[in-house]
Amino acid sequence: MARIRDEHDGSRWSRLQRWLSEGDDPLDRDLIEAVDAPTPLPDAVPPVQPLKLWKVREEARRSHRIEKADRFLRILYVLSAVLVCAGIIGVLWLTTERLPSFGGVENPANNEVPAHYIEKGMEETGAVNIVAGMILDYRAFDTLGESNVLFVAACTVIILMRIRSGDPADRLAEDAGDGRYEPGEDSVLQVMAALIVPLVLVFGVYIVLNGHLSPGGGFSGGAVMGAALILYLNAYGSAKAGRFFTFRTFRTVSLVALSFYALSKAYSFFTGANELPSVITAGTPGRIFSAGLIPYLNIAVGLVVCCTMYALYTLFRKGDL
Amino acid sequence: MALWKSVPFACILLPLFGAAVCSVLPRRAARAWAMGLIAAVAGLSCFFLAKMTAFDAAYPYRMGHYDAPIGNMLRAGPLEAVLGVLFSLLTLVCALGGGSRIREDLTEGRQGLYHTLLLLMTAALMAQVYTDDLFTAYVFVEIMTIAGCGLIAVRSGPGRSLVAAVRYMIMNLIGSALFLLGIILLYDLTGHLLMSSIHEALQAPAGAGNFDIPLTVVVALLCAGLAAKSALFPFHAWVPDAYATATPASAALLASLVSKSYIVVLLKVLFRVIGPAYIEASGVDNILFLFGVVGMLAGSVVAIRVPDVKRMVAWSSVAQIGYIYMALGLMTGAGAAAAVFHIIAHAAAKSVLFLSVDKLCEASEGHEFIGKLRGAGYRSPLAGAAFTVGALSLVGIPLLGGFTTKLNLARAVLDLGGAHAWAGLICLTLSTLLNVLYMLRTVLVLWSHPDRAPEAPQSSRAGGALAVSLGALMAANFLIFFFAQPLMDVINRGFALFS
Repeated sequence: MARIRDEHDGSRWSRLQRWLSEGDDPLDRDLIEAVDAPTPLPDAVPPVQPLKLWKVREEARRSHRIEKADRFLRILYVLSAVLVCAGIIGVLWLTTERLPSFGGVENPANNEVPAHYIEKGMEETGAVNIVAGMILDYRAFDTLGESNVLFVAACTVIILMRIRSGDPADRLAEDAGDGRYEPGEDSVLQVMAALIVPLVLVFGVYIVLNGHLSPGGGFSGGAVMGAALILYLNAYGSAKAGRFFTFRTFRTVSLVALSFYALSKAYSFFTGANELPSVITAGTPGRIFSAGLIPYLNIAVGLVVCCTMYALYTLFRKGDL
Repeated sequence: MALWKSVPFACILLPLFGAAVCSVLPRRAARAWAMGLIAAVAGLSCFFLAKMTAFDAAYPYRMGHYDAPIGNMLRAGPLEAVLGVLFSLLTLVCALGGGSRIREDLTEGRQGLYHTLLLLMTAALMAQVYTDDLFTAYVFVEIMTIAGCGLIAVRSGPGRSLVAAVRYMIMNLIGSALFLLGIILLYDLTGHLLMSSIHEALQAPAGAGNFDIPLTVVVALLCAGLAAKSALFPFHAWVPDAYATATPASAALLASLVSKSYIVVLLKVLFRVIGPAYIEASGVDNILFLFGVVGMLAGSVVAIRVPDVKRMVAWSSVAQIGYIYMALGLMTGAGAAAAVFHIIAHAAAKSVLFLSVDKLCEASEGHEFIGKLRGAGYRSPLAGAAFTVGALSLVGIPLLGGFTTKLNLARAVLDLGGAHAWAGLICLTLSTLLNVLYMLRTVLVLWSHPDRAPEAPQSSRAGGALAVSLGALMAANFLIFFFAQPLMDVINRGFALFS
């Protein structure tokens, strides 16, 4: 009876059936095995079992069948993936052939909305950089959502990756794992980093602060600053980087930046929707203190982006900040 | 503008601000803060629904100083108010009821972040209900997707929850990508992101006829993306693992709210953005109907076969999502109203099932196989009663919400007539019979006397918070039946104002 069931379990049909119903598939099984595998104890000796020839043979036959079924499924995977991709490419190709020509005068995207942004943007928002005016004033609600997407991503990565630091054994594992694939104390890297990092940081700050005057803004400037911090971490190691950037720093900066963004924009939305007088004025376009909330929002977004980039990097690298 | 009209704005901004604060609070304070804010949102939503039924109209709400289509807009009507109440109240009740398990399943450091995710999810739910902008909807769909991954993977212990989260993430990101692609193409065709402006641009003579193929592709992409995220039948592979391994509060939230919120966005896409005329011309509605019907049957058939009770409840979700898509696929007002009613009834039934099933497993020494649950109803009476109410409601027994919703579905199907009526009615009957098989079997097992007394009599009575939320959810299942007509009136009125 057991043999019949084993045979059935190993057959192509039953595997296909299980794949369809439960999503049981070879790629996934590797993942489950990797996760479920108990960590081997150093001094545990596997119990020796008396060898039975027929059992070994049975096992070999069974694993051979499973292998064959696996191979079949993998081929099915590749084939169906190629077919689906080809189908989607074909459909999208057909679609783009029939879309209105990009950038043409008669293109529907060329309507009153971009015209309004271009003609009235500087006057209404006070930002010389129209893009900054669009994302931080006209469509500030979307951008508030975007910065919270970064925040929720950071929270989820912390939940998944952060090793709890209370246990000393975890601490050891964390330090041993840290920087295994990174260059160690490399003097060439350190000298170059000492030269480059300040420049990159200052450039990032410049991009953020001038976001309303020239191309740039919180997202791009924050990414530049985050890259500078990551370069510093790689050159000097996490002990030195930990002196100025800890988990606490990350939490404080996220709290201040995001709650400032939410509160100031809540004020602006509320006054806008109810047509109340607002204390925020556009100012003189071109001045550094102008464009209402935009420079401050740029700073908030820049800080969030910079901290999230750095936090994601260190969390994946050693499991803590 | 009257002050109460700012409630939708407050419902979104309050939890968003609260999430930033919640991330730095210690464990207990974070929970109290998150629960308080969600309760505030729920209270505001109820007040808003009361105001809205009296106001009886829909109004746009400007997010900023600029009118549509220059700036972002919200839109609130009776339908949005009903959904807002449903989503906020159920989030509160699920998080309350799963509280003790949150403390057991999660390591201490993760509990604060779990509540941060809950707040972000609440904000995303509210934003999806009230937004009038397709791109804003996409941004908050993303927040929801990532928060959902955190909610599944947060449980420490068995590694299966990580596998489930990986699967969930892959399926959901494919869905997001298709949805975004659809929005991009739609923008290229119409030049707008605001829902009402897109609709107007499609009505204009320049938009009609010229772009039949691109528009069909757009509709297909939007539908496929949102269907993949809400686990319609062929995209359901992530559901059983995710719901069965997550902590009960997460499972209840994911099954009853997160998957539904994508359907709300789809409802807006179908009826507000594109409009029934174009959808019917493209034929996508028939495909939705077909997959819905197949999902109804396939989900139930598998639910009968699985021996694990949590997985069984998860598979029944696949079937229930099928019901909603079947009703949407009719593309009539009655069908859409039936779909919304089913969202409400199913959310109430499924959350009580997920919360009680976990308590029942706990009362049976942690076993999840149906055979081992014999007599669990006597060991944990309240959870047993709650499971029974939820199961009977899903089956569609009178006096419970599930009966009214099945009646509405059947009426909507019959109204349309033709092949839809036959296919829909036959599959509705078959699926209900299958529901009876797997749900009543479990109920009978729960209330049959155990063969042997449990070795050590355990006290596994439901704790205070769980008891309160199970009681509230049971009452909700009855109330939906008794107040079905007023509820249906509000929904119908909302639909009349919708497009």
